[in-house]
Amino acid sequence: MTAMQPALRLEGIVKTFPGVRALDGVSFDVMPGEVHALMGENGAGKSTLMKVLGGIHQPDAGRIIVNEVPVQMATPLEAKAKGIVFIHQELSLAEELSVAENIYLGELPCKSFGRVDWALLYERTNDILKRLNVGFNAKTLVGDLSIANQQMVEIARALTHDAKAVIFDEPTASLTDAEKVVLFDVIDDLKAAGVGIIYISHRMEEIFKITDRISVLRDGSYRGTLTTCDTDQDAVTHLMIGRALDLSRSAAQHELGDVAIEVRGLCCGKLFQDVHFEVRRGEVLGFYGLVGAGRTEIAETLFGLRSPSAGEILLNGQPVSIASPADAIAMGISLVPEDRKGQGLILGMNCRDNMTLPQISDLTAGPFVAEGSEIAIFDQYRDKLDIRTPGWKQQVGNLSGGNQQKIVIGKWLSMRPDILIVDEPTRGIDVGSKSEIHNLIRDLAAQGYAVIVISSEMPEVLHVSDRIVAMYSGRVMRTFAANEVTEDNLIQAISGIGGDRVA
Amino acid sequence: MTNVTLTTLLKRGAIWGFILFELIFFSVAGEFMSLSNKAFMDIDNMLLLLKQSAPIGIIAIGMTVIMINGNIDLSVGAIYALCAIVLLDSLNWPIMAGLGDWAIPLAWLLALLTGAGLGAINGLIVWKTGVDAFIVTLGSMLGFRGLVFMYNGENPTSHLNWTLVDFAEAQVFGLHTATWFLLAVTAIMWFVMHKTVHGRNAYAIGDNRAAAVNAGIRVGPHMLINFIMIGVLAALSAVVFYSESGSVNPNDGQLYELWVITAVVLGGTKLTGGAGSIIGTFGGVIAIQLLRKGLGHIGADTQTVSLVIGLILIAVLFLDRQLNRKGKEELRI
Repeated sequence: MTAMQPALRLEGIVKTFPGVRALDGVSFDVMPGEVHALMGENGAGKSTLMKVLGGIHQPDAGRIIVNEVPVQMATPLEAKAKGIVFIHQELSLAEELSVAENIYLGELPCKSFGRVDWALLYERTNDILKRLNVGFNAKTLVGDLSIANQQMVEIARALTHDAKAVIFDEPTASLTDAEKVVLFDVIDDLKAAGVGIIYISHRMEEIFKITDRISVLRDGSYRGTLTTCDTDQDAVTHLMIGRALDLSRSAAQHELGDVAIEVRGLCCGKLFQDVHFEVRRGEVLGFYGLVGAGRTEIAETLFGLRSPSAGEILLNGQPVSIASPADAIAMGISLVPEDRKGQGLILGMNCRDNMTLPQISDLTAGPFVAEGSEIAIFDQYRDKLDIRTPGWKQQVGNLSGGNQQKIVIGKWLSMRPDILIVDEPTRGIDVGSKSEIHNLIRDLAAQGYAVIVISSEMPEVLHVSDRIVAMYSGRVMRTFAANEVTEDNLIQAISGIGGDRVA
Repeated sequence: MTNVTLTTLLKRGAIWGFILFELIFFSVAGEFMSLSNKAFMDIDNMLLLLKQSAPIGIIAIGMTVIMINGNIDLSVGAIYALCAIVLLDSLNWPIMAGLGDWAIPLAWLLALLTGAGLGAINGLIVWKTGVDAFIVTLGSMLGFRGLVFMYNGENPTSHLNWTLVDFAEAQVFGLHTATWFLLAVTAIMWFVMHKTVHGRNAYAIGDNRAAAVNAGIRVGPHMLINFIMIGVLAALSAVVFYSESGSVNPNDGQLYELWVITAVVLGGTKLTGGAGSIIGTFGGVIAIQLLRKGLGHIGADTQTVSLVIGLILIAVLFLDRQLNRKGKEELRI
């Protein structure tokens, strides 16, 4: 290692915004062929650091050194030219264009009179796709690809350049476990090719699986670099938040009540078939499966967003038909959707208005909304859920992910539902808030709510659920009790092998 | 944080700052260039300006609601013309003659009901078919204008009723009847949008429709109500204007939709929905009328007015974009 020079080195990067010192002397380096994790809670300065690296922000002090040459990057384009490539969490692809056009967007090979050299374009693209070992070709429309494959297109785009350092920002956020394996293979290939990789993620298992070193930021300052094989999760968490985190199993300690909701033979076209389950009051039922296994679609059907093609839903033993979210809400069913910003919140509205949105028609004085009662409700749930916001007037878009999620949960708790469905409760939320949300879900069950949790993260499902439904391709493969589930048999069930079908 | 408040203040106050600028500019420029020797800021001139703002203004208030809700209504000009015809034609009906002055409220009611009905047609189509409001109202704009021509061919429809004219020309506390209508509509719609459930839900739907649906809000009925409201307001605008003028041409109200949208956008309402303000629109309406009057005052001809307003609209939106962009990174194109 001594002879090798870092692919990318940061020296004392400082970035100040009015009133905030966002980065306070951050230094670390990435060797060629190394996967270097960058960790830190939301707000620790990761995004700012990435924007400095990406040429969006200019550092106030400090140097960025690529292959021993100090560089300055005034625009994202210059950063790209210097060999720093980003794979963003949110993909930016033109869905109506082909894979090849997306990969070479902005630099399509040309013939005379500005005509595109299609033959060359497809040939080059297929070469790259072959390296990535993917199951689509250069002419496929990007819009027809799964999220995971779209990410591969982004990576392919990075490979067209002579990348010195590739930065992955939460690349697995929307990938299934199987798709992650493919991604990790690609990262291995990049390593072998001598590219330095910065890997940003909140997911500890991944970090320990694929990275060589871990650097931690807290409150804008650099807290240290650990060598992955010499450390453990507790040590990293400690650096990140200054305390240890408990992710152990926690099955119900309390008595379960009656069956709150029962589903019999529920079908919805090709999305899911013959789904059976029941949830008791005081119980958390976890749904685990690959993306596309039909979990979210079941939640949407229970919430009246989709109509089932067959089967029965029974609430408290009575068959019901749920035609709209308004119906579901009236029957005591609430859904915390998987896409918090897209489906859960009105980002332009303040905290109070978001919290009371489903019930304002009941909070009226004459023709007007009773703002006093609204504030009372907001205050009650802010205290109950420990939502950190300067006040109810704060726009919800300005809160951190964890606090936004608490607003959504508070919104539904204030409706006093019987059944709470939570889809991907901690997606994009930092480690500290994650455990708060987990504890909250356990508390709600203890208070007698029937809770359904859908998650793509196995530790999360194992941690919060009393029982776990494993789904594969629209079918329930197996329902596990807390004492019989192991990581191995759960993975087998959601991969469609080994699980005995529950009729 | 002070930075943020300054930006919001600038954004909210921009239209009023612009109005102040217009007043000063035309007053000063008027001293040198005006053909008349009357001051621009003359009180009668200003009262007249408010009155002349009313027809566009009343519709613009309705359009603000529609646009906050995430829709648009291009058919307002045609609704305006059709309601004007219903108003004036119904006063000519033999039945009405026997009613004396009672014919007036009845004719008004008929016109307003027509507006409500036409608005409901737009709203129902948008709700039930799910076709974009732009397309639906583009169609109904053509369709309603067709009805206008079918009604009376190319001929104007007229009825002169002196009681009506007296009413329309009355001034209470110096303000004309039309001005009072504009102020009342502004006040009522402000309350509707800021204090009622319907207003709150309209903002929510415009900002994030999926989240609004997930909160159990029934999107369709809210959109229908808003289209009915703008239909009634377009009719009210026609009632206010034609009570005085007494004659409507089949081409009246053409391009009104564009003037109305211009005023709404100048007032800070977003085309994408979810954000906007009734008071801002009121400012936008006044700003446009000031510009028309002011340019006339300093002797510019009518063609210049359109050119200048077009330039200002783009300039204002560019400024707004710059202010909004502060602190954020946007793609440079």
